Amino acid sequence: MNHFKPLYEAILSGDNKAAIAATHEALAANADPMELVTTAMIPAMDEVGKLFESQEYFVPELLLSGRAMRAAIDLLRPLLAASGAQPMGRVVIGTVAGDLHDIGKNLVSSMLQGGGFEVIDLGTDVKPERFIEAVETAKADIVALSALLTVTMPSMKLTVDGMRAAGIRDRVKVMIGGAPVTSQYAEEIGADGYCDSASGVVALARNFMAESHAH
Amino acid sequence: MPTEPTSPLAYESASQIVFGRSKKPLRCGFDLTIGAGYVFPEVNFTLPAISVEKATWSQVVAQYEEMATKILERAISLQVPGLVLEFELLPAMTLTPEWGAELTRLLESHLRRAHDRHGLRCALRVTPTDMRDQGKPPLLRSGAPWETVKRSFELCIEAGAHLISIESIGGKELHDPGLMYGDIRAIIFALGVLAPRDTAWLWDQISAMCAQKGSSIPAGDSACGFANTAMQLAHQHMLPEVLAAVVRAMSAVRSLAAFEHGAMGPSKDCAYEGPIIKAITGFPISMEGKSASCAHFSPLGNIAAAMCDLWSNESVQNVRLLSGSAPEAFTETLAYDCRLMNIASDKGEALRLRDWLTESDEWLSPQAAVLSPEATMSIARAIVSQKGYYDRTIAAGLAAVGILRAGIHRKQLTLRVKEVQWLDRIERELNSLAADETKLTEEMMGQHGTEFDASSYGL
Repeated sequence: MNHFKPLYEAILSGDNKAAIAATHEALAANADPMELVTTAMIPAMDEVGKLFESQEYFVPELLLSGRAMRAAIDLLRPLLAASGAQPMGRVVIGTVAGDLHDIGKNLVSSMLQGGGFEVIDLGTDVKPERFIEAVETAKADIVALSALLTVTMPSMKLTVDGMRAAGIRDRVKVMIGGAPVTSQYAEEIGADGYCDSASGVVALARNFMAESHAH
Repeated sequence: MPTEPTSPLAYESASQIVFGRSKKPLRCGFDLTIGAGYVFPEVNFTLPAISVEKATWSQVVAQYEEMATKILERAISLQVPGLVLEFELLPAMTLTPEWGAELTRLLESHLRRAHDRHGLRCALRVTPTDMRDQGKPPLLRSGAPWETVKRSFELCIEAGAHLISIESIGGKELHDPGLMYGDIRAIIFALGVLAPRDTAWLWDQISAMCAQKGSSIPAGDSACGFANTAMQLAHQHMLPEVLAAVVRAMSAVRSLAAFEHGAMGPSKDCAYEGPIIKAITGFPISMEGKSASCAHFSPLGNIAAAMCDLWSNESVQNVRLLSGSAPEAFTETLAYDCRLMNIASDKGEALRLRDWLTESDEWLSPQAAVLSPEATMSIARAIVSQKGYYDRTIAAGLAAVGILRAGIHRKQLTLRVKEVQWLDRIERELNSLAADETKLTEEMMGQHGTEFDASSYGL
């Protein structure tokens, strides 16, 4: 645990340089890369999530922690790949067609990366075909759809319908979010889940993965 | 160099600046004069959840037909002394400029009829969507997105828009990540270097189009994509409120650039920085507050009305309520808000009501504290004391910090420890900036050079 505490603290305080230095030191002391992820990084980001939820952290603190974690994991990635370790899951995320808003989507993307997920961010104004293509290319586990405008919410349904028509709907979980979106709307369009805050999204994604593994 | 000082201020003291009266009243539309004594409703409305595409276009038109009919019926039955309708184009209506123009013609014809038949003094504001941020980095002055936005302006002007506005987005590509990471230097660069350069260029274009294509008045801009983004994130506890308050004050510089390049008011309703613009230029402003709760939260519900010339509901969907459609219900709300302000003016009590509107909000939020008449004048003075956009932005930020510090010192403003820490940090960073923008520009080019197109800003 001595190897892990400096990394945990560096991520918690959003200190990029300290996180990189702590990772190097831990590796030099023969720490197991996967153990660094599970014992220092993910617990640190879980704590960051809690601090954010209790309003002790604002988004900048949260994102700086996420950035510190990504800097550390970039150092570990080759070692993790060599050992055959997999990310928590792969998420394709984007703001749906006709909608150019991306702050909420970016926040969710960062939270998911902090939670150990690999995120493929398609940006804004993403047409259903691009979501479908990305799901197939990345072999995604989850698709996350964002919309801020009531008039672009129908694009969420078109995307889910498109995935169904392309025969890939059963292979992925679909989560939706955004100011006008509700859990009722998620049910109506056949999404698997809805989250009303960025901080709850990691728990929802983890539930999805647990369900998938159970099957 | 971007600009010369606009000083002196249009108003000598805070006791002169009040709702309904501006130094430069604006005559527009069908016999409507804004800022000459009365506050008028500015009603804004939008579609319920339906797609905007060729297959649904007839339904879209029917929705706007219904909204215009119902809003005007309600306004006439309430005998409003004047009214502005705002048509904010949805992205699809800007991407297909003919669609935006068709709806502009439709709404103009409704207003014309209401004026001819009922003597309703009225005007139509049309606001195309700023779609120029589609590329990465966004190309603001050339390419298909700009050509589309330009075409949308031209067709809407030709179709009869009386007032032309936009919520411009130049600089947002750096401001959004700056906010999210709490990067004060990036925020200053976005607000004080990039955004005003784009606003100035864009309003030169808009003013020229208004002059060439018809009789539209170049009205005004909004820092919606900047300061309202910060306000909404602060509301969700994602950002410190003090940061949102300082960003609001600083954003006035980029919105002011529109007025230095042809805009004549009224500024956009969502430009909560409007009072600072009014204090500097004397042009009338539109504001939104408590009666825009249908669209979004703000901690500025009453104080926003203190110096307004138009009073808006921001936007409401065409959904059914017990009393009728939501747009007509909110027309009624605005009509009564305006009646109260106008009777106060008639009785010589406008300042008393203005002060009540102010004091009811002022110290409950840092964001309200920077928009009182006194604070407005203080920030306006700080802005015109400087020449360039960069210096003005820093001066506005420091003025806002000073207002908040004074409120804390007098125990009028209570902030959480985290908020005070952020205020300290913001002040420290503002004071640490070099006197010349060149150094910050070089620093930002190095750090974020791939995220914005320098030539779009004349850099």
